[in-house]
Amino acid sequence: MKVPEFIDRSSLLKGVAASPGIAIGRAYLVDRSKVRVLYQYLINESFIEEEVARFEQAVARTEAQIGAIKSDIPAELSDYAYILDTHLRMLRDHMLYQDTIDRIRQEKINAEWALKKSVDHAQDLFSRIRDEYIRSRIMDVENVTDRVMRNLVGHVPESLAEIKERVIIVAHDLSAADTTQMRLDRVMGFITDMGGKTSHTTIIAQALEIPAVVGLKDCTKRIRTGDLIIVDGTSGDVLINPDQKALEFYHGRQRSYESYQAEIVRCSHLPAVTLDDHRLEVKANIEMFGEVAAVVDHGGDGIGLYRTEFLYVSRLTLPTEEELFVDYRDVAQIMAPRPVTIRTLDLGGDKFTSAVHWAEEMNPALGLRAIRFCLQEQGIFETQLRAILRASAFGNVRMMFPMISGLEELLQAKEILERVRRNLTQEGFDFDPDMDVGIMIEVPSAVIMADVLAREVDFFSIGTNDLIQYSLAIDRVNERVAHMYEPLHPAVLRMLLSVVRAGHEAGIRVGMCGEMAGDPICAPILVGMGLDELSMPSTTVPHIKRLIRMMTRADGKDYLEQILKCRTVIEVNDFVKTTAATRFSGLQDDARIGPPA
Amino acid sequence: MDEQEAGVLEATRDVTINNSLGLHARAAVRLVEMAERYKSEIRMEKDGQGVDAKSVLSLLTLECPSGCRVRLRARGADSRLALDALTELIENNFGEE
Repeated sequence: MKVPEFIDRSSLLKGVAASPGIAIGRAYLVDRSKVRVLYQYLINESFIEEEVARFEQAVARTEAQIGAIKSDIPAELSDYAYILDTHLRMLRDHMLYQDTIDRIRQEKINAEWALKKSVDHAQDLFSRIRDEYIRSRIMDVENVTDRVMRNLVGHVPESLAEIKERVIIVAHDLSAADTTQMRLDRVMGFITDMGGKTSHTTIIAQALEIPAVVGLKDCTKRIRTGDLIIVDGTSGDVLINPDQKALEFYHGRQRSYESYQAEIVRCSHLPAVTLDDHRLEVKANIEMFGEVAAVVDHGGDGIGLYRTEFLYVSRLTLPTEEELFVDYRDVAQIMAPRPVTIRTLDLGGDKFTSAVHWAEEMNPALGLRAIRFCLQEQGIFETQLRAILRASAFGNVRMMFPMISGLEELLQAKEILERVRRNLTQEGFDFDPDMDVGIMIEVPSAVIMADVLAREVDFFSIGTNDLIQYSLAIDRVNERVAHMYEPLHPAVLRMLLSVVRAGHEAGIRVGMCGEMAGDPICAPILVGMGLDELSMPSTTVPHIKRLIRMMTRADGKDYLEQILKCRTVIEVNDFVKTTAATRFSGLQDDARIGPPA
Repeated sequence: MDEQEAGVLEATRDVTINNSLGLHARAAVRLVEMAERYKSEIRMEKDGQGVDAKSVLSLLTLECPSGCRVRLRARGADSRLALDALTELIENNFGEE
């Protein structure tokens, strides 16, 4: 919704809506912006040893500060103490410490400049490391050298644990290390200069269900600690020191948002049945066991996508069968009788495990990933299949293979599954012999071959994120083309429709688990296509269910037919923008209050 | 330092990293802790690339997964002692398994 006319534009900042809702409160500025580095040549030789001594003092001070944080760490964060030990060690690592001193002496430059050169060098070396876990250690280097830099320049690093009252956090950017230190119960909202829809701040804010606006560019320069600010995480607006009129307006908006949220959450356990009696299953996507409670709380009809990479990444060994089994079993038991769809490993591309050596690839999105990787590393694959099958004895478990590009891969995967079943039977393990097995449709060739593939599986689940990326040849993380990533592209809509039709002709159910499935504006179109299930972040489930309950499938079909007449994505977007809210009453509330993230 | 003197003080040793995780952060820390007990300059080489074996960060950039062969090279009065100790540590899989 638009900011009303009476609001002073000079106090208004616009950013990316990261987590919905409205927060009104005092700002707390976290000074995490990069320190400006002064560059100086040391003309006089006698200054050089002084400069080395100054660097040494800054390092010693940093050690003392980290030591102090470490001794204050509450017991429940003892893992964090280990991180600090690592930081202490890195502080004196030759690559940083000795290297900086060598540079001061040899290049005759000041300590800040020398340190920056050492860090740049380390960053360069680390950026070439293939192993994600090892590569990410550079974040520790950055964190610790940032502290040294502050001590050199004279800034005192603040402790986020000291926040006393409930505040809105204003920061340049927030790292996981920053939020670990925060008393999150005292945070009413987040706003940051940097960041986008997938940054750490966004993820934390959504998980905590508190409003956030990111990508504001210069909010840390415009806002001071203690300023009264309004954060509209639904529209992406931030107001600094608003007048009485603006405050009243936003207080009203906050109340209506909260009562609207309360209402949709109250109804979230009801099934998503259209007014003309078509039922869709609205499920949730999860990444780890800890998220299961939120799925149940938000009325998810099941888990439509359990991404299983979490137990494999950010660690050094492969998980054991037992470990995987316990995890899957627990998820299945809590969700039962609701179905849990476990996707087999989608490693490669942008997710790697340290336990396997990954070759350098020119184009990892098109490389050895997901099912291709599993068919090559059959030992890893079989361990996971065994764990999934064994978990199927404890609930309603379904399984799907990612990145299937043709029948060969599917048949090969099914053959391995069959072998695993035989082995488990021989070993006397229980499992559900009729467990549904499906595939993700996310490669264009699978769309074309959907009629053939449909005869070999129990269900399809369309992964729109990859499908759109591959179909439109758009790398979403490449900012130069990311704007061309268009879920409502006529080509994408036609592909989706053909998959649904191919699935239904073969008598199997067709679902969708990409981001598009949770986008309110797409919901009427997806209902019109006849999708049987949609899977999305659990916080979005109540909202999409409500939209579905307020429409008819016939109307969705009719709407889709009109959209399919559009020849360009601009025509589609314009048509949807101008007509959706008037045609589908569920979307009218969105226009008033705004959709969730 | 002339060639002859270097010959006396320099030692090399080839070892295979056999622990299942390869040379990850904690293993690298153990290796550096051991290397720091000796005065010699110690380097670890893999595929022709050599790094300071007294720096955890440098060791990590070598990327040594399980099964890879590395060469240890030490230069200094206690070079042999240093390599004996380091070889033992690596052959004992950094005390992990």
